[in-house]
Amino acid sequence: MAYSNKVIDHYEHPRNVGSFGKTQEVKERKDIGVGVVGAPECGDVMQLQIRVNDDGKIEDAKFKCFGCGSAIASSSLATEWIKGKTIDEALELRNSEIVEELSLPPVKIHCSVLAEDSIKTAIRDYQEKNDLNGNAQADSE
Amino acid sequence: MAVKLPIYMDYAATTPCDPRVLEAMLPYFCETFGNAASRNHVFGWEAEAAVKEARSQAAELIGAQAKEIIWTSGSTESNNIAVKGAARMYAATGAGTSGRGHIISSRLEHKAVLDPCKSLEREGFDVTYITPETDGIITADMVKDVIRDDTILVSLMWANNEIGTINEVPEIGALCHEREIIFHTDATQWVGKMPVDVVKDNIDVMSWSGHKIYGPKGCGALYVRRRKPRVRLEAIMDGGGHERGMRSGTLNVPGIVGFGKACALCLDEMDSDRARLLKLRDKFESELSSRMEVVQVNGHPEKRLSHMSNMSFGFVEGEGLMMGIKNIACSSGSACTSASLEPSYVLKALGVGDELAHSSLRLSMGRWTTEDEVDYAIEHITKAVEHLRSMSPLYDMYKEGIDLSKVQWQAH
Repeated sequence: MAYSNKVIDHYEHPRNVGSFGKTQEVKERKDIGVGVVGAPECGDVMQLQIRVNDDGKIEDAKFKCFGCGSAIASSSLATEWIKGKTIDEALELRNSEIVEELSLPPVKIHCSVLAEDSIKTAIRDYQEKNDLNGNAQADSE
Repeated sequence: MAVKLPIYMDYAATTPCDPRVLEAMLPYFCETFGNAASRNHVFGWEAEAAVKEARSQAAELIGAQAKEIIWTSGSTESNNIAVKGAARMYAATGAGTSGRGHIISSRLEHKAVLDPCKSLEREGFDVTYITPETDGIITADMVKDVIRDDTILVSLMWANNEIGTINEVPEIGALCHEREIIFHTDATQWVGKMPVDVVKDNIDVMSWSGHKIYGPKGCGALYVRRRKPRVRLEAIMDGGGHERGMRSGTLNVPGIVGFGKACALCLDEMDSDRARLLKLRDKFESELSSRMEVVQVNGHPEKRLSHMSNMSFGFVEGEGLMMGIKNIACSSGSACTSASLEPSYVLKALGVGDELAHSSLRLSMGRWTTEDEVDYAIEHITKAVEHLRSMSPLYDMYKEGIDLSKVQWQAH
């Protein structure tokens, strides 16, 4: 299968790779939300971390990904798109936009679904830590 | 180090045609183009003579008689004729009934054996699929344990196409002969690389293919024993009764000529090829294993083909890894690289987990693989694995001492 140039670019130069600290440290920080979706036996695990300021704006986002090139590109793109957005704006992001931007073929759509879910899961984690009543549902299609 | 890119390291998928093979084939397209079945003119006779020569070359490679070679289009067809043809010929009861007979195969077989077995199950045959231990070897004892009084056929590959592991073929053949059971082996990965003597190795029916032994694609062979026992197979394709009635269809004369030449070359060169490739393969595996942690060679450490390496690189996904080594042509057991989106059923059957299958890479070397190419592969695989581990959440967890098997994953 041939990859689009954008997928190759994200794979070779991933944006915002990393994390805000070790698993336990990050868990204790209230300004950070973590979303880990997928499973090793399925061949995809995405980890998305967001750092949110007092105004509810995503100041920074980091990702790590175990998966194919399309999964890496989808999560890399997701961090780029949500940085600087408010939580509500980030929740509006749809996987179909990722599919379109990266020209993902049908067999790779699940990569974009994972990326959308990782955003929602990270936001939900942030909201739960801060006792906020959010509406983040990881039920994208 | 000047290496011509891209590098081909997928010889187990197919091999380039040897230029000497092509040269032998060329006259049989436009000049000596006759139909080998035309018995009444010189064009036919010339074609027939060429086919006869190729039949002898193929037979010599495996210690058979020329008459015991049946030409096919490749291993898929050979396996279909062998498995379906033997089952239907030796069935205890007629079509449309149950209890027609018992067949033994394994979970590690190629689809070209597994799917005919499945279709035979629908026809009223019972099939037992042996699951090996984690080393991937099918032993004679494993076969012995599942043989029944109504077993009519055992079909087991000689060497596995994904991990290169070698089954106990001569011992299994001996067991089958003792019990008067037909023994078929899919030797597609074996023939041309390892010595074969169908008599000593107790084989009744054997499949192999031209394009795995530096011959042309679309040409295969089936060895069918004529003495002790005389094996009969029911044809699966009806027609002119070519090839002792077992495979109808006008012979692919240029392909067959190439196949014969390829066999002759393998007979001369396989020992030196094998010794050279074993050194390269060992260097490849030991370098990668010493440069990185959590690297595993899949399959039995010794009992496997010397030109093939199936390795799992923990915490990185196979297709992602292949993207990072785009100048090296190889295969992966990762789900993403398969049409079915399922990880390798062969690696899964070894009971070592889907995770390992997703992280696996198969590299197979051959006649034109050079040490420079192997060095290049070592260098670039290491770089790609390190790049991917730097962005792998699993690698972080491993480094933090988290037991990945105890994490609550949100599988999709």
